[in-house]
Amino acid sequence: MFSFPRNLKYAKTHEWARREDKRVVVGITEYAQKELSDVVFVELPQIGQEVKKGRPCAVVESVKAAFDIYAPISGKVVEVNKQLETNPAHINTSPYESGWFFVLEPSDVNELSELYDSEKYETLLQESANG
Amino acid sequence: MSYFPLTEEDRKQMLSEIGVKSFDELIGKVPAGLRKPAIDLPPGVSEFELKQYLENILSQNQTAREMLSFLGAGSYDHYIPSAVRHIISRGEFYTAYTPYQPEASQGTLQTIFEYQSMMAEITGLDVVNASHYDGATAFAEACLLALNFNQRQKVLVARSVHPEYRRVMKTYLSGTDFQIEEIPFNASGSLDMDAFRKMLDMNVGCVAAGSPNFFGLVEDLDEVSDLTHKHGALFVTTGHPLSYVAFRSPGEWKADIACGEAQPLGIPLSFGGPYVGYFATTRSLVRRIPGRLAGMTKDRNGRRAFVLTLQAREQHIRREKASSNICTNQALCALAVCVYIATMGKEGLKNTALLNVERANSLRERIEKLSGYQVPFKGAIFNEFVVKSKRTVALLFEKLYKKGVLAGYSLEKDYPELKNHFLVTATETKTEEDLDHFVKLLGKI
Amino acid sequence: MITNLEKKEKVMENQIAGKSSQLIFEKSKPGKRTHLTPNTKSEPAELRRWIPSALERKREPHLPELSEPEVVRHFLNLSQKNYSVDTNFYPLGSCTMKYNPKINEDMAAHPKFAHLHPYQPEESVQGILRIFYELEQWLLALTGMDRFSLQPAAGAQGELLGMMIARAFHRANNDTKRRKVIVPDSSHGTNPASAALYGFEVVTIKSNERGRVDLNELARATNDETACLMLTNPNTLGLFEDEILEIQKMLHQKGSLLYYDGANMNALLGVARPGDMGFDIVHLNLHKTFSTPHGGGGPGAGPVGVKKRLEKFLPAPLVDKKGDKYVLNGELPDSVGKVKSFYGNSGILLRAYTYMRKLGIDGLCQVSRDAIINANYLRKKLNGTFVVPYPEYCMHEFVASAEAQNSFGVHATDIAKRLLDFGFYAPTVYFPLIVKEAIMVEPTETESRETLDQFVKVMEKIDKEAKESPETLRLAPHTLPVSRPDEVGAARNPILTYRDFISQKS
Repeated sequence: MFSFPRNLKYAKTHEWARREDKRVVVGITEYAQKELSDVVFVELPQIGQEVKKGRPCAVVESVKAAFDIYAPISGKVVEVNKQLETNPAHINTSPYESGWFFVLEPSDVNELSELYDSEKYETLLQESANG
Repeated sequence: MSYFPLTEEDRKQMLSEIGVKSFDELIGKVPAGLRKPAIDLPPGVSEFELKQYLENILSQNQTAREMLSFLGAGSYDHYIPSAVRHIISRGEFYTAYTPYQPEASQGTLQTIFEYQSMMAEITGLDVVNASHYDGATAFAEACLLALNFNQRQKVLVARSVHPEYRRVMKTYLSGTDFQIEEIPFNASGSLDMDAFRKMLDMNVGCVAAGSPNFFGLVEDLDEVSDLTHKHGALFVTTGHPLSYVAFRSPGEWKADIACGEAQPLGIPLSFGGPYVGYFATTRSLVRRIPGRLAGMTKDRNGRRAFVLTLQAREQHIRREKASSNICTNQALCALAVCVYIATMGKEGLKNTALLNVERANSLRERIEKLSGYQVPFKGAIFNEFVVKSKRTVALLFEKLYKKGVLAGYSLEKDYPELKNHFLVTATETKTEEDLDHFVKLLGKI
Repeated sequence: MITNLEKKEKVMENQIAGKSSQLIFEKSKPGKRTHLTPNTKSEPAELRRWIPSALERKREPHLPELSEPEVVRHFLNLSQKNYSVDTNFYPLGSCTMKYNPKINEDMAAHPKFAHLHPYQPEESVQGILRIFYELEQWLLALTGMDRFSLQPAAGAQGELLGMMIARAFHRANNDTKRRKVIVPDSSHGTNPASAALYGFEVVTIKSNERGRVDLNELARATNDETACLMLTNPNTLGLFEDEILEIQKMLHQKGSLLYYDGANMNALLGVARPGDMGFDIVHLNLHKTFSTPHGGGGPGAGPVGVKKRLEKFLPAPLVDKKGDKYVLNGELPDSVGKVKSFYGNSGILLRAYTYMRKLGIDGLCQVSRDAIINANYLRKKLNGTFVVPYPEYCMHEFVASAEAQNSFGVHATDIAKRLLDFGFYAPTVYFPLIVKEAIMVEPTETESRETLDQFVKVMEKIDKEAKESPETLRLAPHTLPVSRPDEVGAARNPILTYRDFISQKS
């Protein structure tokens, strides 16, 4: 069904975070892209922008809906995925790789441990599907 | 004439199928104290009686066309070709719903697309929405867009922009922390550039000016535009859309947003409404533009098709995060504009614009020669201009009204320093004889 | 089944070829003239003086050039591609797609109205002012409110005005804490959008199992920060909020105001009045309840009514009667301002008044009676074939669900698209958000029993198709000029003007 790579951390709002030394890459999970269906547009944060954990920092639009993307941890945006401006479909076809959104310089690395691991996130999805 | 297809027999049978003995059972959930209130209104009438009643009341109106009218000031009397009314009176157009189901609405959608295309050409900008309620609300939404876009706090608006536009803009901004400052006009009726340069600071996110402005003057907006952009703010213009066919378009002034009233392009005076606000922007603002947008695409068989697009910005999806709350707009009026432009054609519009320039300039030159009158603002005009009279305007208007003439719009209430000034408008509907007559009367009084 | 459709599609292809989707720009040819305008008699030198070079338009607009017969044929062929109330049944929930009487159009086109300039002296417009005044009196009687502004151009604008009035009221009471507006999760999108647009924080509360406002949830959400509760009654499920008197008591006790979204007024004429229910601010949609045409997306009108204590906040001008004269009263020092230029959508106001006057109170009461009968009739007949989550008596509309058809891989959209093949416009789908695969049906009172029976037959056939040949539904419509346009492509790569289209081609 869905895949939830083990090397990622997950927020309950369906973002993932991947630590790469001093940088953290952020995107949305396969479940989220499926819910959205075809992405038509992404509004990414500005480079240099400070984001706070749990606060909206990007917007993803499909034909029928628009969703806020919440920062999984706090930090400063140091890079954004420019590819998504011309080809937002990457989010649907490759949500964990070429469909990444932005890169953060975390302000507090400990916040990463507050996120879920892949098993917990998967359980959470199953629970909300049943309950 | 009944608008109720159900017969008594139908109702009886349907109630029985529903499983109730009487209609009242269906509204049983309405609390007894609220149910079936006594309402003191007269009963229904036949169409004949209705027509008599209403026509009797309407006969108490004396319309601008029954008099000789030089009234403009935001609502203009231009000639509308007959074909326009016939086309927009087609039931398939005016009784259609909002085109959410594209397959059943290709007529409406294609005409919106054509309207967008025509207004983009006229304004010289890239993207046009399917319409706003009127010029004033389009103007308000333009300023809101600009300030939300660059996250700044202040809008500078020329005082020579239509007073109603400024009032509506103020109302719309009253729910925000945005500030409004007015740029004064100078002794020639144009933007006071000295004052403007002093007012521009890093808090300013939007500069809004009109050309033609409310005094009818076509302004040179090059410097305003440049300075605005140098300061990182957005430039909003407003003006009579027909003027853009002869004079520089908002695109040529490098406006970011062009907005205003498209009523002059095919909508009768109609006592102020329904009108239609045009709203055009550069490509970079396309994701922020409020209102509906019709886009071209292909269907599953590869055929050309039109759809409402970029809807994710709109109220029915974004809800509290929408950039605007607009739902119903003025689609039929936009259709009228589209048909007007199509019927007039490129040459017809150009000629009509030149006729307006000719009439207004000719009239202004003649009034200037009359003793007792001055023309304080001498710059280029489209179809209206300001006159200063020795007598009080109220007296002047009253005397002329008695002779069946609407002399124009008094400026004192909106601009107290312009005592005895009034705005005169001469569109292509004014003949040489009309102008002669008016000048003669003014001279006599 | 599919073979037959393929054949039908071929026929349509040939018919459609004659009705191409060529843009007017593509039919344009230089040298064609439609409207022969008088030429300017001025000398070129004069024109150069009047239009100085620095102010002259440099790049000519690329506008169409056609003759009048070509223009008329172009637009009339386009009109044939539309469904409309005049030609089709539109059971669109929340839209009240009723018949648009032709006498309304005659009155709006009357030269004694059409040529009135908004700035004419009051003495020359006594006729239209009297009509505005009388219209207001009728709206007051029907809603139980104390004063109306006719200015807002649409329901959404009325809501915005309502938010402004709410804020002004609390401010005047030095009640600056009230920053929140409560809406039920079943509300129309314009409600939270209007509230947020005016700077309020939107609090959404869940409905209960009966589909109504949950009083416990409401009690929890209401406090001294609540400015206003926005409701429609009946609600978007077509169910009457029977606890409305308790709701209004709770909100008023906590110092909040109540706002009534009048979109569903077609259920209430002569049945109940929002003013009596305790609402402080009301907007009506004249293009819904009062028969003014939808125009393909407007113009409409959204007059706002208020209770006495809020009168002073209404936009200027109001129409007052002084003796036997009608005046425009602009002396409203506490007014929230103006939401629109001039006075409102006058032509729409005139149409609505024509309608009301024609029907009279007896006709207006019959509107709601027949609307409610028609809705319940359809609900009864469709229940079983489609899931009807709230099977009690509804008012003028009800919500069904395509849940049962989901198991065959068919969604509400597919049902909606297939209905188009049978000449019916689809009901509203996916709204309200609280019902899965929602199909919201509002027949209105201007539909015959025969049309309703036909609609039921077709819905049952579609249900059968869902089980036997779901592909038919998923690829519908089959008999219209276009089918399932690519909306994703349109949003990813917007082509919004003829110029866009040309640059895409190259």
